[in-house]
Amino acid sequence: MSILKFDEHEAPLPPEPGHSSRGRLERILRAGEFAVTAELNPPDSADPNDVFERGAIFDGWVDGINATDGSGANCHMSSVGICALLTRVGYSPIMQISCRDHNRIAIQGNVLGAAAMGVNNILCLTGDGVQAGDQPGAKPVFDLDCMSLLRTIRQMRDEGKLLSGRKLTSPPQVFLGAAINPFAPPYDFRPLRLAKKIEAGAQFAQSQYCFDIPMLETYMDRVRDMGLDEKCFILAGVGPLASARAAKWIRSNVPGIHIPDSIIERLEGADDQKLEGKKIAIEVLQQVREMKGISGAHVMAYRQEELVAEIVHESGVLKGRKPWTREANPGFEAVAEAVENTIEHIGEAIEPSAAVAAASD
Amino acid sequence: MPKAAYQPAKASPVVRNRSAFTIRLWSVRHSKFLEKIYLALAAVFLKLHPLWNFIGYSRAEKPVMLVEKAVKTLLFDCRMCGQCALSDTGMSCPMNCPKSLRNGPCGGVRPNGNCEVEPDMPCVWVEAWRGAQEMKSSDNILKVQPPVDHSLKGTSSWLRVTSDEAARKQTENEGVK
Repeated sequence: MSILKFDEHEAPLPPEPGHSSRGRLERILRAGEFAVTAELNPPDSADPNDVFERGAIFDGWVDGINATDGSGANCHMSSVGICALLTRVGYSPIMQISCRDHNRIAIQGNVLGAAAMGVNNILCLTGDGVQAGDQPGAKPVFDLDCMSLLRTIRQMRDEGKLLSGRKLTSPPQVFLGAAINPFAPPYDFRPLRLAKKIEAGAQFAQSQYCFDIPMLETYMDRVRDMGLDEKCFILAGVGPLASARAAKWIRSNVPGIHIPDSIIERLEGADDQKLEGKKIAIEVLQQVREMKGISGAHVMAYRQEELVAEIVHESGVLKGRKPWTREANPGFEAVAEAVENTIEHIGEAIEPSAAVAAASD
Repeated sequence: MPKAAYQPAKASPVVRNRSAFTIRLWSVRHSKFLEKIYLALAAVFLKLHPLWNFIGYSRAEKPVMLVEKAVKTLLFDCRMCGQCALSDTGMSCPMNCPKSLRNGPCGGVRPNGNCEVEPDMPCVWVEAWRGAQEMKSSDNILKVQPPVDHSLKGTSSWLRVTSDEAARKQTENEGVK
């Protein structure tokens, strides 16, 4: 009996000492490079091509693609499903797990399944309340919170045990992330909360949208004083605002996003508000690139995903580095050629003797 | 209105205004005083360990639980999770958080310090942070709390803490001998 094996481009990278995962994101960060991640807008469909198309838009510009888990408590394709598809074509997904929809039994099972499919990065979130989404009548689970979720997965990875203490024969090798929001009260508790998350197992952190550089600087001052930036890679959240109206809507309807008045005034004063929004994102990205303690950026451009490549390119934050690009699989080309060949000859009658000769070649 | 986990006091979150939280907020403001009471009470309960043993912890469970429930529901809107963390969370009960967060505020706290889910409720964790500053054991808020054990729901936390502490003391004494 033969055993099925991963193709070459699906197999994990060889292990490195001191690394907890075999993925590209951890390598880039540990090598001291400025990492860029982006967020995939999850499709409301069962078509895998929707995921491939939305992933391909970031190709060659990012080091990781976040697969959201029902963000904003709205129902979309699951993060496990998106990750399964992305790893199949070689992309490096960051699987988000939110505690809103799964209890501890489901979450640990999903972690094992995802790791088996080649997911190397997991972002642990509490998740938005069900009231924020399109199905407010749903039962909120919140069995774990982001902190106990981090600790649970770390235990699975480092001790090779489930929460119950039952042994795993092969622990998941994952790089663990957490979310941070320096822009919400209680402000003086926020750096301590990051310290708690690091204690619970966070190795990288992605921040909420940043539009207020002085506020981020204040937060980072405390973070650097506590030495947290040396224990955890911090990726600042950056993104373009589509217009002043959109910005005002986000401010009053999306919890946890802080947009200063100055940004809104600047958008209102611009001739092309969309272009101005992009310019602001580029400026913020360039400023966080130079900020001490920031190891990368998380570029979120909801429904403007095509702007991610432009923002990353025009800001020059990669300084010439080229993230991994998907190359056409040689096996794939051979198959395509064979198919074309078949189509060309489809109407032709086949001589039995020729067919026998071709088969014996 | 279906009963869901995030609705304290069986009220719809939509209709509650700030006055619904008056007593709970008072408790957080007086966290220092309540901490003293808690420590005194814990000491008394531990002294009574032989009595609890004589009655049997399981037989004492029901009456003690009813008293505990009455007192803590009044003061903290207690949800009887059975593993009280009040002394670590600035006397603000984390089970009142709509996301039942036990390790600090989520990223959705409004600029005025209110909850993202229930707009008129002050965030449980903004309150907890405030309460913890007043307390002697103010660093306890930095402890990472384990996930809630849902099998303990509805049981007395006071008796559990007492029996655990008594057992700990006993093993300690045996270790000395």
